[in-house]
Amino acid sequence: MTTDLVRARPASGLALLGSELSVLFRRKRTWAMLAALAAVPILIAIAVRVTHAGSAGAGPAFLDRIENNGLFVVFVALGVCVPVFLPLTVGVVAGDTIAGEASNGTLRYLLIAPAGRIRLLAVKYVGAAVFSLAATLVVCIAGALIGFALFPAGSVTLLSGDTVSIAGALGRSLLIALFATLSLMGLSAIGLFLSTLTDVPVGAMAATIILTVTSEVLDQLPQLDWIHPWLFSHYWLGFGDFLRDPISWTVFGQNAALQAGYLIVFGALAYGRFAAKDILS
Amino acid sequence: MSAAELVIETRGLTKKFGNYAAVKNIDLSVPHGSVFGFLGPNGSGKTTTIRMLLGLASPTSGEARVLGASIPRENSSVLPRVGALVEGPGFYPYLSGADNLKRLDSADRYAPSRTRGARVADALERVGLSAAASKKVKAYSLGMKQRLGIANALLTPRELLILDEPTNGLDPQGTREVRTLVRSLAAQGTTIFVSSHLLAEIEQICTHAGVMSAGDLVAQGTLDELRQVGRPRVRLTSPDIRLAAAVLEKFGMTVQPPVGEEQADVIAVFGDASAEPDALVAALVKAKVRVRGFTVESPSLEDRFVSLTGEGFNVDH
Repeated sequence: MTTDLVRARPASGLALLGSELSVLFRRKRTWAMLAALAAVPILIAIAVRVTHAGSAGAGPAFLDRIENNGLFVVFVALGVCVPVFLPLTVGVVAGDTIAGEASNGTLRYLLIAPAGRIRLLAVKYVGAAVFSLAATLVVCIAGALIGFALFPAGSVTLLSGDTVSIAGALGRSLLIALFATLSLMGLSAIGLFLSTLTDVPVGAMAATIILTVTSEVLDQLPQLDWIHPWLFSHYWLGFGDFLRDPISWTVFGQNAALQAGYLIVFGALAYGRFAAKDILS
Repeated sequence: MSAAELVIETRGLTKKFGNYAAVKNIDLSVPHGSVFGFLGPNGSGKTTTIRMLLGLASPTSGEARVLGASIPRENSSVLPRVGALVEGPGFYPYLSGADNLKRLDSADRYAPSRTRGARVADALERVGLSAAASKKVKAYSLGMKQRLGIANALLTPRELLILDEPTNGLDPQGTREVRTLVRSLAAQGTTIFVSSHLLAEIEQICTHAGVMSAGDLVAQGTLDELRQVGRPRVRLTSPDIRLAAAVLEKFGMTVQPPVGEEQADVIAVFGDASAEPDALVAALVKAKVRVRGFTVESPSLEDRFVSLTGEGFNVDH
């Protein structure tokens, strides 16, 4: 019987991941969000170019350095995107993971295919992580391109006073992008968990974004400083270390441990909730 | 019937949502190679039962075996051999019909990616959607989505197909096509479990049926077994219906419903000791009943269905 032949060779299951990424990046919404992220460095660069504004100490960090070196558009844009725009877009993708499938009615068909509940959660999480990476890279690449187009390029003077070549500075931008992606891993896990709780994707997205804002507000209150190292947004702006020579990896390590902790806790909660859930959508 | 021949077998399968029991202690037996009609009005627990058979919902108590394996424990090895349409089709509106099928097929680890394109084209062909394969699903009509849902169930050769209301939203032509498709799949040896709230839609294709009412499985068996539970009856047309009813009752028959004023027919159900139809006619004529029509009817499955589930539009809870 042909079915026996088919059953004899289960594939690795990577096809589902490929399909997930292809569906994610074929959605107009995904490209609209990436375009909005790319617009941030472009708007910043144009504003600086037109007004020649940017006295030291005013506006976001490094804004005053853009006119001398276009590469600083990348650092300014990341500083603006990391606390607001990146978590917004990642919150949309992570909140949509399971709830979006439920509201389409595709969740039941994926599960009876059968995708396997754990495998589906893992694939969905990896999808959100890949989107996080794509989103930060879009900010970096758009920033670098517009920066080099509108402003002089040259070697970059770091915060520590050392000077690195353009290539070295681009490498550090990439490290910062990876750091920003790492920073979003805890948020993605929270979004995944919230997404298993509801069949309404907008609800999970809103809840994820509200938690992000809450975490950032709590991080600003000195009265609660004991809680700060436990907030998933605590190290989000800690990428200044990559602009020093030698690079200090302390914050990176702390952030990685924190994000891994969030991934384990919320991954386990998502599994606990989803593995035995009655799919009635 | 030995257990090995049963493709679906449940024992005391029960699902409660809070205090409300959607499915109460049902023992389903679906034999290999059958086309099993799963009948019942809306809200009688059909879809909840199907969700449990597919491992989407876990039973509150009882157990379900599909293709000889326990569900939901052995989902991963059983479900690739089962194709299903559950509670209507579900698709990504922003993907084309073909891309939707490829997406769902990629979730099945046993479905070879090498043949995915060909299998998707083949499934679309079988449900008559080839021309709309590259159209986005948001532009599909309800009937086209339903067809795409059936195509999804046919992506790989299946040993069991579970089709929940497959003719929902289809025009009469589409309904006929689904019946033809089910017949041809059954002829190839696939067991088919098809639910419907309309007996007429599936009566012609089923070999077996089960009837749900308010969460209970009130009857199941071959169609002949289900029909035989009812007794034959006579329908008599006469201007003298009261007299006729009195004669028939004398011969051990039950007049149902009782004779009213403006009625031309008497319907009477045979009892155990009733006379033969020819003796009845002779007696009626002798009693000066003007007989204008006299038919002996076997109970239809429809009558049986209605007597089991009630006739009203109310959803029973």
